[in-house]
Amino acid sequence: MSALHSIDDAGLVARCRAGDDAAWEELVRRFSRYVLAIAQQGFRMSTSDAEDVFQEVFARTYERLGDLRSDDAVRPWIAQLTRRLCIDRIRAGSREVLDPDAAEREVDESLERLDEALSVREALEAMPDACREILDRFFCRDESYAVIGTSLGLPAGTIASRISRCLGKLRQQLEGREPPSPAS
Amino acid sequence: MMNEMYDEERIGQLLRALPPAPEAWVQAAARLPATRRAIDQIAALAAADAELRREVLADLEGALLRVGLQPDPTLVADLRDRL
Repeated sequence: MSALHSIDDAGLVARCRAGDDAAWEELVRRFSRYVLAIAQQGFRMSTSDAEDVFQEVFARTYERLGDLRSDDAVRPWIAQLTRRLCIDRIRAGSREVLDPDAAEREVDESLERLDEALSVREALEAMPDACREILDRFFCRDESYAVIGTSLGLPAGTIASRISRCLGKLRQQLEGREPPSPAS
Repeated sequence: MMNEMYDEERIGQLLRALPPAPEAWVQAAARLPATRRAIDQIAALAAADAELRREVLADLEGALLRVGLQPDPTLVADLRDRL
């Protein structure tokens, strides 16, 4: 894990703006899941459309980091940018939205959940490597106990208890955090 | 402080909500600064040399390959715009 991993969003943005390529990569990695989830879960985009939006979000982020009013606002800013680009893409395509108000409400609810998910993800990222890896493999990568056991060199029978223990630690970690600010 | 709604089942659901993006997408986005610098370099050289500019315009894909970039359509369009 790189040292940049532990830098907060504002610090990372400042380093990106100063031309630090490694900081840029960390920023992309930090928000990649969030951007993808907004496109695919919030707006139900196809993989192909989601990829175009994904690349466009980071291209614009790179070009416009200087426009950010506050470096620590990068997260809601990226969420808003992703949302806008998804809407542009839907309008440019042939997808028909039968009830725009209902669709908008559904997207709002989905984005609220994803924002919360990103806060949990950030707490996960702050955990020790062993817990972070086992929880990521099980919940985010959907790996079985057997696959996790083989990859990490652990008996499959101990995986469930480790996951449970790590979830408990993550919960404790979350209890010490402020709630997320809304994305939009 | 987070509240009691963060029980372990809910934490699991929220972790599942953010699966990883394909690594190739992440790497393409991560290479953006190097890509932009390479395009800037080609554009600057072409601006100073009319013959080179003609050669680059005639073979945009080749120009990108020579600086180590995969000539995908977006990059080719970017380079054309810059010239």
